[in-house]
Amino acid sequence: MRRKLYEMTGRILLYGCTAITAGLLLFLIGYILLRGAGGISWRFLSTAESVIHGTVGILPAIKNTVFVILVSLMAALPLGVGAAVYLTEYARNRRFVAAIEFASETLAGIPSIIYALVGVILFCTALKLQKTLLAGSLTLVIMILPTIIRSTQESLKTVPQSYREGALGLGSGKWHMIRTVVLPSSIDGIVTGCILAVGRVVGESAVLMYTAGMSMAMQSFSPNRLAGASGATLTVALYHYAKENADFSVAFSIAAILLILTVIINSAASFLGGKLKRS
Amino acid sequence: MDAPILSARNLDFYYGETHALKDICLDIPEHNITALIGPSGCGKSTFLRTINRMNDLIEGVKVIGSLTYRGEEIYAPDRDVTDLRKNIGMVFQKPNPFPMSIYDNVAYGPRTHGIRAKAKLDDIVEQSLRDAAIWDEVKDRLKKNALGLSGGQQQRLCIARALAVRPDVLLMDESTSALDPISTSKIEDLTMELKKAYTIVIVTHNMQQAVRISDKTAFFLLGELIEFGDTEKMFSQPEDKRTEDYITGRFG
Repeated sequence: MRRKLYEMTGRILLYGCTAITAGLLLFLIGYILLRGAGGISWRFLSTAESVIHGTVGILPAIKNTVFVILVSLMAALPLGVGAAVYLTEYARNRRFVAAIEFASETLAGIPSIIYALVGVILFCTALKLQKTLLAGSLTLVIMILPTIIRSTQESLKTVPQSYREGALGLGSGKWHMIRTVVLPSSIDGIVTGCILAVGRVVGESAVLMYTAGMSMAMQSFSPNRLAGASGATLTVALYHYAKENADFSVAFSIAAILLILTVIINSAASFLGGKLKRS
Repeated sequence: MDAPILSARNLDFYYGETHALKDICLDIPEHNITALIGPSGCGKSTFLRTINRMNDLIEGVKVIGSLTYRGEEIYAPDRDVTDLRKNIGMVFQKPNPFPMSIYDNVAYGPRTHGIRAKAKLDDIVEQSLRDAAIWDEVKDRLKKNALGLSGGQQQRLCIARALAVRPDVLLMDESTSALDPISTSKIEDLTMELKKAYTIVIVTHNMQQAVRISDKTAFFLLGELIEFGDTEKMFSQPEDKRTEDYITGRFG
């Protein structure tokens, strides 16, 4: 009898934990969608904020977000994957590798505001980029590099040593072996890592507020012009509306868009990961 | 007798502080199957892996003495290792096909060495698969992933993959130890067939296997080469007491 009670209590407690967690999450998602979805319209997505035209739109923020994602990924992807390949496949000094791994693990976990600080000093001030989308993107490169390096390394480590031996045993050079056997076998993990990095970029606000500015104005579509312009991404725009304009309906609409975007990014990660693994 | 294809003279090998091979002197003749036998940790696999320099992948190894392939030092400083491994192919203990199609597995070596022409690759792939006695089983599914094959088929595919670069010597590191008896016997038959064209060195834990297929046998113990000679003679009248004890199963 006591034993039965003991088992029951455990079960109920665990059930309660799950129920509360799931409830909170579902409430959050439901609440954001409920409050935000109504405000999303084509007009909202395709115009800029304008007092003259009487529009409240977030097209500039969408454009800025896309720009920041593309630029930061274009720089961080080759750098991060390259560094991870070197650390896993070439570097012989174990202590050196361990030190770098520890450092990137630490860097992947520190608050992003610290990256903002570095970005302001390094890119905005020292390199005279001022508060621009380029400075913001470059700061994000530093921020997501550890994530990409770590996920790529983990993925490379899952490639069986026997594949490497097989290729080398056939007279393949090291780089040829990596390019033709190791990277194709770990591509799913690398892609997943990148998409998670994109997720971090999309969700980042502190870094961009300080390094890319908060301009809500419509900028040119040309990448060159965008690089030199100051602009808010979706998360920064959300802050702008919620904090400075106290316009919560717009803020919630942006939040809903971000939520949907995250769902899309995560589904893409698992879909691509699975697909690349199979082929 | 012709000059040996592989020849070790006073070869010492160290993993860090561990002295894994001690003063090995051994001549391996061409178009023969030479079996390396001995208990676990005796150095037979280490010796096999010094031949195609697979031990280079391990940190802190040191090779002293002479090991030649067709009269040329394998550990010469200017030795092109990729070229050496093209001539001295290897089949591993566990089947290790790449996660790609059967065709691409076999074509991997030739492509690595610069063969791009489709017709030529097709020929090499077919011939290698035929030589490895697996063509009939896979000819209708060359584009399928090699990981879908059975273990025995995978191992024969790995042999085909090794043959596709047209090696001179084939090293087999306990290549049947992970396989069932039927697959093992297929690979043994295949090995006997291949010795007409290749020189084969096998490492085996299975003494019956050494007797069945090898012409020469080398018995290693604790890093030393105890005895080397014709397989038939060694298993009927071993010269060394330790060899006798090992092959009669007194230790192992």
